[in-house]
Amino acid sequence: MKEWIFTTDHKRVGILYLIGTLAAFAVAGIMALAIRLELWNVGPGILSGPNQYNVALYFHGAAMILGFLIPGLTGFLANYLIPMMIGAHDVSFPRINALSVWLYWFGIVLALLTFVIPNPPDIMWTGYVPYASQYSGGNSAFYVFTVHLIGFSSILGSVNFLCTIIYMRAPGMGWNQLNFFVWTIAGAFVIQLIFVPVLAAAVTLLLLDKYFGTAFFVPDSGGDVLLYQNLFWFYSHPAVYVILLPAVGALMEIITTMSRNQVFNYKVAVYGGVWGVVLLGSDVWVHHLYTSGLADWLRIGMMVTTLIISVPVGLLTISLVGSLYKGSIQYSTGMLYASSCLFLILLGGLTGIPLAMTSLTLHLAETYFVMAHFHFIMGITATFALFGAIYHWFPKMTGKMYNETLGKISFTLNFIGVNVTFLPLFGIGVEGMPRRYYDYAMFPQFQGAQQIATVGSFIIAVAMALTFVNWIHAAIAGAPAGKNPWGSASLEWTHADSPPGPGNFPTPPTVSEDWTPYNYEKA
Amino acid sequence: MRIKAFSVIAGAAAVLALAFPGDALALNDHTPEWDKVWMHLLIDVGVIGAIFLVVSIYFLLAYTRKSEDEVGKLKQMSFGNSLAWALIPAFIFMADDFYLAAQGWKLWNDQRRVPEGAYEIQVTGRMWGWDFAYPNGVISSSDVEYDDSGKVTGIDGDGLVVAQGKPVVLRMSSTDVVHSFFIPDFRIKEDLMPGRITYLWFNPKDAGKHVYTCTEYCGIDHSRMYGNVTILPQAEFDAWLASQDEG
Repeated sequence: MKEWIFTTDHKRVGILYLIGTLAAFAVAGIMALAIRLELWNVGPGILSGPNQYNVALYFHGAAMILGFLIPGLTGFLANYLIPMMIGAHDVSFPRINALSVWLYWFGIVLALLTFVIPNPPDIMWTGYVPYASQYSGGNSAFYVFTVHLIGFSSILGSVNFLCTIIYMRAPGMGWNQLNFFVWTIAGAFVIQLIFVPVLAAAVTLLLLDKYFGTAFFVPDSGGDVLLYQNLFWFYSHPAVYVILLPAVGALMEIITTMSRNQVFNYKVAVYGGVWGVVLLGSDVWVHHLYTSGLADWLRIGMMVTTLIISVPVGLLTISLVGSLYKGSIQYSTGMLYASSCLFLILLGGLTGIPLAMTSLTLHLAETYFVMAHFHFIMGITATFALFGAIYHWFPKMTGKMYNETLGKISFTLNFIGVNVTFLPLFGIGVEGMPRRYYDYAMFPQFQGAQQIATVGSFIIAVAMALTFVNWIHAAIAGAPAGKNPWGSASLEWTHADSPPGPGNFPTPPTVSEDWTPYNYEKA
Repeated sequence: MRIKAFSVIAGAAAVLALAFPGDALALNDHTPEWDKVWMHLLIDVGVIGAIFLVVSIYFLLAYTRKSEDEVGKLKQMSFGNSLAWALIPAFIFMADDFYLAAQGWKLWNDQRRVPEGAYEIQVTGRMWGWDFAYPNGVISSSDVEYDDSGKVTGIDGDGLVVAQGKPVVLRMSSTDVVHSFFIPDFRIKEDLMPGRITYLWFNPKDAGKHVYTCTEYCGIDHSRMYGNVTILPQAEFDAWLASQDEG
């Protein structure tokens, strides 16, 4: 126990992140079920009232994004894989790495206190002022300090991993020999390093307004309500790419390994796709404020930048699909998750295009259409990528094999579940169903679609339960997996044991000029 | 060849759309125009999605592993091919983006350009109801009523009542937190907030009743902050306004 809590080994830090993220996912998932049950009927449902519903919504959003998706991809996956992929024995600053995971865990504990404290926050994960700063009876401070802790953890992680990627690569490893996942993590951490401080500033001003009587967001005293929204989305839109980029990176690793292929058009995907997203992703935040009353010309300008995001994202998608071309595809559970993402990323990505158009968004903003869109692109695609990655690297982490049949059954249920849940919500969203509604008495005609969605959410719950059973059972009693069950050419499979010992590699790897992690003809 | 033809058409469409902004539409209801752009968009993204999906499914089915020692045969691309696979897709996506942007902009001009002589109503959002102030000083409100169990029993007040066939502009603000005024049937919404005045306009062509509702989270009764836009023929509207005045 002690050697786990005080560990500085990047693999154990990664596992600690994984446990925290799955805990956050489970609790936030249960909140989602409560939300869906409440919406089964028009009128009051199983929850005690709108306040309980709003707290559940707040927790679901904040925990899924700040506690599950971002730390799952940049905490767990990056920690576990990056040092091994670049042939390093650990990260640059192992103790700072340990501090990161501690801060994250304290953040999770603080978030979970939502269920214990009187007057929990009910301010949604966006914490819009002046509701969060002047009118909500909830303790917004818990939200603010959770953001501070997890944000500080992210900044430390950024410095650590950028240093690791720049300075700790195996002798001989050039930039164009990096795993694609390493590039996506570099892009994600550059975004975190630049933009997290802006979010921290925004919520700190909120805190000062609420508890110390300042007036940054109080118009009567010269403040401005929209300032908060601009600051918040200045970070929180790029944050979408902090989630999406590593998800695409993980998908690329799974797809190339399971089809024993190289990355299709590697350099264009890296320098055009990944860095294009980083560059453009910071110039589009106003599309979250299309109906907020900002200047009309600004909304038009950001419509163009937002639409142009389709170029780098399109290049990434072409590389994902192209990497299957003339491949030798083997369908593990991880590969099924990765394959399904080729559909999910289309559905989530293309439904973003009307939302880029300010005139269409004048109708679609704040409806279920937006909600279904970001659940598909950010929630489901990223979660499926992360779950696929957990399956894919499970033999490496534990040295044991999960049950493939159960894995495929739970995947199928999961895929059916997400589509049954969210596809009907696109429909009623276009019809005008607003988000964050406890009751929908003005739209009783939507009850049927709400009920289908609720049924879908319970299919997901069954799939998740089966998945967790599979992982826990396999971690304890799975069959030995061997060093490289998928026949990968990447360093963490070819040079490290399963599970890898301290220092990762029995002998530190060096790579030759023609080595790449995707060179299957030579392997 | 086909790619070239497509981009030429898309480019030409973008130029045409930019050349004729929506002045002629400015006095119409936004709804049909919104629906038209929406249909164009669905076809547009539907075609892109179908191409990607068909190719993906074909690859996933065609390239399954045939023998244990088989490896993928994707070759390192030449510099020229690599560049072509970047520039051609980028060009197609950009052409489509600009085509959509042009369509969106055209509709946007229509949505945001208030016709002269529009009937002005001042809207105030508050936790959790709406007040509509008319030029003659009449204030009409809407507040949702519900019983102890939380079940909605009705709406108190007439809410927004307007005259048929006369464009209406709403000048909106809030006394407390951020709200958002949304009329789904008219495809319009805009936020209300303290310290700023925002606007919306629409042209109520046909008599009838439509739901408006709040779409920016504003606390406990966010989902009970709705009412009806009632569109009356001019004479009935005048009578309604006069009766309010007396009351």
